[in-house]
Amino acid sequence: MTSNLDHDLKQILADVLGLSSEQVAAFDADTGLFGHLPELDSMSVAGLLTEMEDRLGFIIDDDEVDGEMLETYGALLAFARAKLDA
Amino acid sequence: MIATWPCPSSHNPEASEYALAVPGGGSKVVLIVPPLFDEGNKLRRLLAETLRLLGAAGIGAVLPDLPGTNESVVQLDTQTLAEWHAAMARAAKHFSATHVLAVRGGALVSPALPGWHYAPASGAAILRQMLRARVIAAREAGRTEDREGLMAEALDHGIVLQGYPLSSVMMTELAEAVPIHPATPISQSDIGGGSLWLRAEPDFDPQQAQALAARIATDLQL
Repeated sequence: MTSNLDHDLKQILADVLGLSSEQVAAFDADTGLFGHLPELDSMSVAGLLTEMEDRLGFIIDDDEVDGEMLETYGALLAFARAKLDA
Repeated sequence: MIATWPCPSSHNPEASEYALAVPGGGSKVVLIVPPLFDEGNKLRRLLAETLRLLGAAGIGAVLPDLPGTNESVVQLDTQTLAEWHAAMARAAKHFSATHVLAVRGGALVSPALPGWHYAPASGAAILRQMLRARVIAAREAGRTEDREGLMAEALDHGIVLQGYPLSSVMMTELAEAVPIHPATPISQSDIGGGSLWLRAEPDFDPQQAQALAARIATDLQL
């Protein structure tokens, strides 16, 4: 399950960021996401969250979204894992 | 390439709208109904390129503007899904379309012709994302908004989402809208590559345009 989630989340990021599978495969827990990538505005964050809901099968409330969960790849993966385990 | 078609409105019975059009030379003409709002911008180049490839393959193709978007001079906040549905039916008739390719939210306003839905989206899914973007943008600006509150206000008074002014009628229609007419589904995995409407910045992938045009050309030969 864990490796599938890692794979699925990287594929979603690849689609949103326009990166290849090889490029996102190199993401690790410390890879910076939002705040490190200036082209990611509120619209693309919204697209990312909505796509996570549709492909991973959970609902994200507005008040669950904060800067911390979006700061690094590791934080986003931990958030998704916690949602699936909940 | 640039064509116009009559699209009377309650404000202007003489109004017309623009379309990109290519003559195919044969009997088949595909009306491409674009995605709604920001997704329409993100996919504009893909669809314009698909239209050119269809023309080169001898298939006529037309990509009309939804009134109030792109080159249209009509105010978007006067438009409703029902009017867009009627407008697309008028465009289909004017250009003698035989088939329709409706893309994402375009499937919500597509005319009754045989054809395809490429990655169709419900109105609720489109609204969810647009409202969420507004809530996140408000938070970045230090304001607190929530989707439920915004939706309630939008249903009463209309709302501006992603810079698009949407009337209360449009919001009410979108909340309930699902694709009207049955069509052959085309998924992103049929086309290959990543979904271009998700991109943070508008992007283009010539292979996706080729795959989409080839799929339509193949289906039309069956």
